[in-house]
Amino acid sequence: MSARDRILAKLKANAPSTAGELPNVADWYATHRSVESQADKAKRFRHFIELAHAEVYSVSRGGWLQKLWEVLDAKQLGKLLVAPGTAHGERAQRELAALGIDCPSYGQAIESWKSAMFNETPAGFTAARAAIAETGTLILWPDADEPRLMSLVPPVHIVLLDAAHIYNTFYEAMQTEGWANGLPTNSLLISGPSKTADIQQTLAYGAHGPKELVVLMIEDNLQ
Amino acid sequence: MNAPQTPHALHFMPSEGFRARSKAVVENPFLRQSFRGAMDFLMSKRAAQFPDAEELESLRTLGERIRQYNLAKLPDLLVQLETNLTRNGIQVHWAETPDEANAIILGICQKHSAKLMVKGKSMVSEEIELNHAAEAAGIGALESDMGEYIVQLAHEKPSHIIMPAIHKTKQEIAQLFADNVPGVDYTDNVDALIQIGRNVLRQKFLEADIGLSGVNFAVAETGTLCLVENEGNGRMCTTAPPVHIAITGIEKIVEKLEHVPPLLSLLTRSATGQNISTYFNMISSPRKPGEKDGPGEVHLVLLDNGRSQAYADEQLRKTLQCIRCGACMNHCPVYTRIGGHAYGTTYPGPIGKIISPHMLGLEATATMATASSLCGACGEVCPVKIPIPELLMRLREESFSEPHANPAMRGQGAGYSRLMTSIWRGWAAVYRSPALYGAVTWLGSRFGWLMPSKQGAWTSVRVPLKPAPKRLRDMLRERG
Ligand code: SF4
Repeated sequence: MSARDRILAKLKANAPSTAGELPNVADWYATHRSVESQADKAKRFRHFIELAHAEVYSVSRGGWLQKLWEVLDAKQLGKLLVAPGTAHGERAQRELAALGIDCPSYGQAIESWKSAMFNETPAGFTAARAAIAETGTLILWPDADEPRLMSLVPPVHIVLLDAAHIYNTFYEAMQTEGWANGLPTNSLLISGPSKTADIQQTLAYGAHGPKELVVLMIEDNLQ
Repeated sequence: MNAPQTPHALHFMPSEGFRARSKAVVENPFLRQSFRGAMDFLMSKRAAQFPDAEELESLRTLGERIRQYNLAKLPDLLVQLETNLTRNGIQVHWAETPDEANAIILGICQKHSAKLMVKGKSMVSEEIELNHAAEAAGIGALESDMGEYIVQLAHEKPSHIIMPAIHKTKQEIAQLFADNVPGVDYTDNVDALIQIGRNVLRQKFLEADIGLSGVNFAVAETGTLCLVENEGNGRMCTTAPPVHIAITGIEKIVEKLEHVPPLLSLLTRSATGQNISTYFNMISSPRKPGEKDGPGEVHLVLLDNGRSQAYADEQLRKTLQCIRCGACMNHCPVYTRIGGHAYGTTYPGPIGKIISPHMLGLEATATMATASSLCGACGEVCPVKIPIPELLMRLREESFSEPHANPAMRGQGAGYSRLMTSIWRGWAAVYRSPALYGAVTWLGSRFGWLMPSKQGAWTSVRVPLKPAPKRLRDMLRERG
């Protein structure tokens, strides 16, 4: 008998006869969390992610690139990793190049340029799929165009978020989008720059992930 | 089927030294101050997250319900998880003992000729003492959580399940870095210290052959491994190296993805007083064709190590509801005074007292459950309502009752003493019979002067006990 079969046999021999009813998660959220307008959700999201030390800028659908450039300029960043396979990445690459910013793309599998990613990539630019107001949280589903390490390795992570896609809660996000039917290779909730309080409970930012998290929040026509 | 399990050796500190170690900490004002300060900090941060008592109570009730529901279905859910992970391309391994788990992990490392494994925070990897096993096999195992990195540099073990280096001052850490990290001068600036750690470990994430992590929740319906963290080292370990190995206890499963948000909220608010952690990382498969990063291979090791023993008993099963938030230790008056190392077990504090006996046997842990005033604070704050004080009473019973056939726990009766049991039996008999009670107290009032002046541990810090010369009933009679 394998370890697997022995463990399962032991558990089965002693499992209770019934598990009872499925816990009612929906009911708890319905009675304990309110549903807010888009504008209020944007406000709440901003409040919490700023508390966690992220920078948030309100931008328009047409004007975010200007803000992106200003952020790079203010931080004296001359180089930005972008994902040209996406609409926002393609636009950033095209327009920022004209402004003198070097915009390498995540063109190759990481094995061929891992060292450059770790040592020579000061900032990365991705979009967020959605966000969560309750906790000030970005939702990212990295994919082939916008891979996982883009939002992790560069010391500055700049994120484009459409505030029309902010959910009230994590629960609402997964229910509305039907996550239980299938999740991608990696899905992420990000609620601020990397941090630690492991030395004498003193908060320090930039432990292993990005030291700075910048959110460009598109707030056109919020209801 | 019931193959005997080898009790896993505690490498650093056998449990017998519990008293001596506790005493040493209690007598060290600096350590006491740092534990007191840290626990006060964590308690107030948690309290600030739960301003609404009704919300907290109803969420705890939901959390308890979710954990109990999933434990009731555990064998089926394990199979469902295995099926879905396998379908997603994640390889599943099963281990009954720490030795088996180590063999599986090192086997994977050897298959890849791995030299370096970077580790995200995983208490289960501490439980199996993976670092020792890896070292013995010639594989470097490097902790990358800042707190874990610090305790590893100091050749220590974590003293808290959430904040591993909570016993260390920044000056100690400054000295540790100056002595051990090449090219680093002494600085006790916390930002500077974290940057030193960051720079050392970044290089390691880049070089490592294997990334190891724990798991906070494993979702059966989607085949997903969820990790909670703030630093980003967990994401590094699970994304940068070519192979990711996750290890978890068999109990950390939920059936539905929708079970995760309430548990996540309870976990981060109870643990560190955050409304959510910086990162919540959900991994459902290895790198797919066309994707440009992420490990090509992902493994999950499911560890029993005594959990199935706890599972077999309806009351003890509640131990497995735990989501490892650490709130019980933060609120424990004993933990606050003696710190985590005194316990000598991987898991210290109240959760350590109730889970360790299943992992190590009562022989090695008989006295742990007695180191409690049963004040009840742990049970009150536990986000999934584990009745910890009740379980401590039960474990005392299991340890000190006369050994019998078919015990619920390995090592039942390990603390049994015929003398002690007869004394208590005598005590009970005296209190059951008014005549006997009268006779004994009469003797006490007459011959109390015969009591010795040295009464063991009692008189080491107190005046000796002496029966009163007059019994209460005599005094009442005199007053009429
Ligand atoms: S027993 Fe309860 S309070 Fe203690 S770590 Fe586990 S979940 Fe947290």
